[in-house]
Amino acid sequence: MTTPLISALREQVLDAAAQGRALRPHGSGSKDFLGLHLAGSPLDMRGAQGVIAYEPSELYLTAHAGTRLADIEALLACNGQMLAFEPPHFGAHATLGGALASGLSGPRRIASGSLRDFVLGVTVMDGQGRVLRFGGQVMKNVAGFDVSRLIAGSFGTLCLILDVTLKVLPRPLAQQTHVLALDETAALQRMREWGAQPLPVSATCWHDGLLSVRLSGARPALEAAARLIGGEVLGDAAADAFWQDVREHRHAFFAGAAPLWRIALPPLAPHLPLDGDRLIEWNGMQRWLRSDADADALRHVVSAMGGHSTLFRGGRPFDRELDVFEPLAPEVMAVHRRLKLAFDPSGVFSPGRLYADL
Amino acid sequence: MQDVCRYDRGPIRLPYEPVHAVSAPDTPTLIAALSRVLPADCLITDSGLLRAYECDGLMLIREQPLAVALPTTEQQVIEVLRTCHALGVPVVPRGAGTGLSGGATPHRQGVVLSTARLNRIVSVDRLAQQAVVQPGVRNLAVSEAAAPHGLYYAPDPSSQIACSIGGNVAENSGGVHCLKYGLTVHNVLRVRMVSMTGEVMEIGSAAPDSPGYDLLAVTVGSEGLLGVVTEVTVKLVPRPRVARCVLAAFGDVRSAGQAVADIIAAGIIPAGLEMMDQGATVAVEDFVHAGYPLDAAAILLCEADGTEEEVQDEIARMRALLDAAGATEVRVSNDEAERLRFWAGRKAAFPAAGRMSPDYYCMDGTIPRRKLADMLEAMNAMSVKYGLRCLNVFHAGDGNLHPLILFDSNDPDSLHRAEAFGVEILELSIALGGTITGEHGVGLEKIDQMCMQFAADELDLFHRVKAAFDPAGLLNPGKAVPTLHRCAEMGRMHVHHGQLPHPDLPRF
Repeated sequence: MTTPLISALREQVLDAAAQGRALRPHGSGSKDFLGLHLAGSPLDMRGAQGVIAYEPSELYLTAHAGTRLADIEALLACNGQMLAFEPPHFGAHATLGGALASGLSGPRRIASGSLRDFVLGVTVMDGQGRVLRFGGQVMKNVAGFDVSRLIAGSFGTLCLILDVTLKVLPRPLAQQTHVLALDETAALQRMREWGAQPLPVSATCWHDGLLSVRLSGARPALEAAARLIGGEVLGDAAADAFWQDVREHRHAFFAGAAPLWRIALPPLAPHLPLDGDRLIEWNGMQRWLRSDADADALRHVVSAMGGHSTLFRGGRPFDRELDVFEPLAPEVMAVHRRLKLAFDPSGVFSPGRLYADL
Repeated sequence: MQDVCRYDRGPIRLPYEPVHAVSAPDTPTLIAALSRVLPADCLITDSGLLRAYECDGLMLIREQPLAVALPTTEQQVIEVLRTCHALGVPVVPRGAGTGLSGGATPHRQGVVLSTARLNRIVSVDRLAQQAVVQPGVRNLAVSEAAAPHGLYYAPDPSSQIACSIGGNVAENSGGVHCLKYGLTVHNVLRVRMVSMTGEVMEIGSAAPDSPGYDLLAVTVGSEGLLGVVTEVTVKLVPRPRVARCVLAAFGDVRSAGQAVADIIAAGIIPAGLEMMDQGATVAVEDFVHAGYPLDAAAILLCEADGTEEEVQDEIARMRALLDAAGATEVRVSNDEAERLRFWAGRKAAFPAAGRMSPDYYCMDGTIPRRKLADMLEAMNAMSVKYGLRCLNVFHAGDGNLHPLILFDSNDPDSLHRAEAFGVEILELSIALGGTITGEHGVGLEKIDQMCMQFAADELDLFHRVKAAFDPAGLLNPGKAVPTLHRCAEMGRMHVHHGQLPHPDLPRF
């Protein structure tokens, strides 16, 4: 990021801090729907775009926060690489900074890990206008607290994200998607059995009686696994479109009108005793539910199973006044408040986006 | 590993001062208070017995604590912390004591809280691919407990026979397989942690993520500065059906370094990718007879794992790349015995160094892979400059260096040269765009180099993060993050954006 740009950002941050105003850093706005409140003057972080460093043989890429995710993924594809956590874009102009701030991961998360697993370093500006650099471009780095990963999923409430370094991985040599007709309970059972074996399963999705399973790896490994998995093999183009639709919430399931809940559950959680259409990913650990169920009742069911729920899209206005994200235990919330103050002592950044008093 | 601390060669103290200077507590009051919350056999106060705890794996720094607490329950951990908090006494958490950076070096006015007796494996679940363990469980014991289910715990630091999961969480430990399978931070799903004030926090969960900030990310690798972990949920992964290792010899280190880059650039993520220089291969060959080619300037060990089909395919591709990079010899393990023999030499590097020299100093910088050959050549020059031998073993796949500097601590000049040699390696690691520690942690050992790697504002933020978890600053004070005052006094300069203060000076 250029010095004038940094100075301009610093000036805005310090002015806001001095005047007790809030700022809301944003990229393309593709994930504005997610979160509790959108408070503060918008601060466009797309002033700096572009890749700063990319070394395919070093498996990392550094880019300005305003860089389009689509541009990054296109560059990686030219070199046979990818963002292995398959971040959902939710818009053609989604940015790298927005991906880090929202911390979301896509279908390959069960095989490769989540966005935070791939964060190697960040440059940020804190609430005192200080430019701070954490982590770096190497895979192993334990000097100081792992602040880079703490920023993942913080929804702009801690600092401005200036640039991000991510680990990148080679694209699989081959992929193949199988579709099996199974009811929900049988599908959950099947996914778990596969997961406990050394099989190259890179994504799973169940909806409306059909379980789709993507295999990724060397061709001989896929052939061996295909015999065990069975089902119908989907054509390559149809398979790519299917997983892209699941990742971007363009799948027909996501078109409904009822509130969309994201529910994260431990691996062996059974069928959710809640009304509503559902789509299951990540071997049963990520479930999407379209439901008008009472928010408190839903949260109660999910937390009793050891999971947590997010009101991802929609919801009645009075539900929105409830927490969008699962409420935290008091002692954990206390640490959150002190961390927020550590980064942002004047409360400038995105107040109320995660929790009302954060 | 505790017995190594008893090896009597006289205490050597590097100059350091506890930063949070505390007024000397009234020791009898402290011991009386701890006796009220701990059974007699869980509290050590006898000076002779305390000696077993005066250092961790960094034996150059020794301190005697006022007492060692060995709680057997979480409730005792809570009570010990509350007691010390009320009295303003620093607490140093300790796992198995195998850490190499002095993270568990006692505070002379504090209490060591050992998690060694919290050593129960709570559960191992095959279908969930998770295990719940207490922090004192040894790393290898987790994999052994998971083995009947065809699963294992992936991070495998070289001390895995002795080191404990609690210590692994504190240090974010790696191992030879972390290029493919990740570090501790990628394999720990949840911790239960007690704060200095005795509050219990659940951080992370058995679900794939948790609401709020990713506190688990800052907890892993926090070197005992944020809380004391009492339970850990780890991810287990299916044991690969087959593993095979390729041993490649090179006539010069540059070709070996290039081969590493070529393998990664070809889209292969090996299960292990290690490099040893000639000094290291000769040293271990003498010791374990691994059959290494002794005339090679460097050897690479490349491991493929997965299904039989995957492994065959990957070995063939790696072999072609190694040949093309100029390998003078390439051997593929034919059976498990041969694979283990290939690895035996690599795993014997530390003991081999111990046989060759009264002392050795293991460094832990990480650099971009493409700089490996530059770094090796620079270290060879430093070896001449300081008049000390250096054996080089690298986790080449992720650029993590473990040079072993051989010295004799009975000779003060030799010790001084070893430290200066180490500092120069760390400074060059930063200048090459890397870091001072890849997996061993900062502890006390590298605290001054933190002043070089980070600017004052960044260190200030680390202190703020620490204070968010431990406002009183009583947990493991003086470790991991230097005070700005210390950095100023040391006259150390932050190397910004990989630029040395005097870039024109030759450093190779």
